[in-house]
Amino acid sequence: MFNRVQAFWSQSHKRDGFALGLAVGTFGITFGVLANAAGISDLMAVVLSLFVFTGASQFAAVGVVNAGGEPLTALGTALLLGARNGVYGLSVGRILPVGKFKRLLGAQLVIDESVAVSSLQLDDRDAREAFWVTGLSVFIFWNLGTVVGVLLGDVVGDPRTWGLDAAFPAGFFALLMPHLRSQEKRQSALWGALIALAAIPILPSGLPVIASVGGVFIAAFASSLRRRRS
Amino acid sequence: MDWSLVMLLAVGCYGYKAGGVLASKKIKLSEERERLLNYVAPAVLSGLIITQTFENEGQLYVGAPAAGLVAGALAAYLKAPFPLVLAIAAAATALVRLL
Repeated sequence: MFNRVQAFWSQSHKRDGFALGLAVGTFGITFGVLANAAGISDLMAVVLSLFVFTGASQFAAVGVVNAGGEPLTALGTALLLGARNGVYGLSVGRILPVGKFKRLLGAQLVIDESVAVSSLQLDDRDAREAFWVTGLSVFIFWNLGTVVGVLLGDVVGDPRTWGLDAAFPAGFFALLMPHLRSQEKRQSALWGALIALAAIPILPSGLPVIASVGGVFIAAFASSLRRRRS
Repeated sequence: MDWSLVMLLAVGCYGYKAGGVLASKKIKLSEERERLLNYVAPAVLSGLIITQTFENEGQLYVGAPAAGLVAGALAAYLKAPFPLVLAIAAAATALVRLL
């Protein structure tokens, strides 16, 4: 047992994946607490983490419900945010095993973390191992964290007293931060924010956040102009 | 939230992943398309930040959640871990509400 642990730990791609999963567990706890604060049942929160299993989309759906938004808005924003997993699937599908069952099982683990660690590897075998170790580790700790979070939320009491109902936007900012390093994504974020801001007094509630996706096209247009000029 | 929404979320989000994996042998996205898709998350995340902070019943407003956002964003900018960012945002909001 000890030898196997040591062997596992000596391979950096497995070690990194495992450690990342452990860190994501704390996200899971906050997801459980906030889902509870949004008035979502414990069972629903746990089912979301098991079957939706993509953090930003889950936070978005729960955040919209928390803000009193329509179910369609919750679904729309979550699906807009989940679309990138489709792109990940296209790239990581190449290294997944051939069997259909394993591919479909592995598909659920296609998320930011597993794809990031996997794409850092130099050969396909390491990439595949990194994908499974990271994906499974994130899956296990994200779900354990959710359970701990909803139980913790039950103890906390009225979320408004603690301001927990207002913690979502800061959480979205933390999720947005890594995107701000690239100039194009920064512009997309900026235009998305401006569109949402302008849309609030004009469009019916629930649509401004969907409209923010228009920022994508302005950012793309601006970047193509820049490239043409240089 | 009701169970039909939970189900649609699960089907939709898994659908992307499985669709991508299964199509990976046949489809290769053009660089342009892939770049566009990469821009979606930042745009929608900032849309969420704006609407959940500054919208109240279809109107623009600035209130306690704005204080929470500023405090939390600052913490995130200073590389505070995620749970701490949320705790700081929540505490700032609660504090402003008390005042």
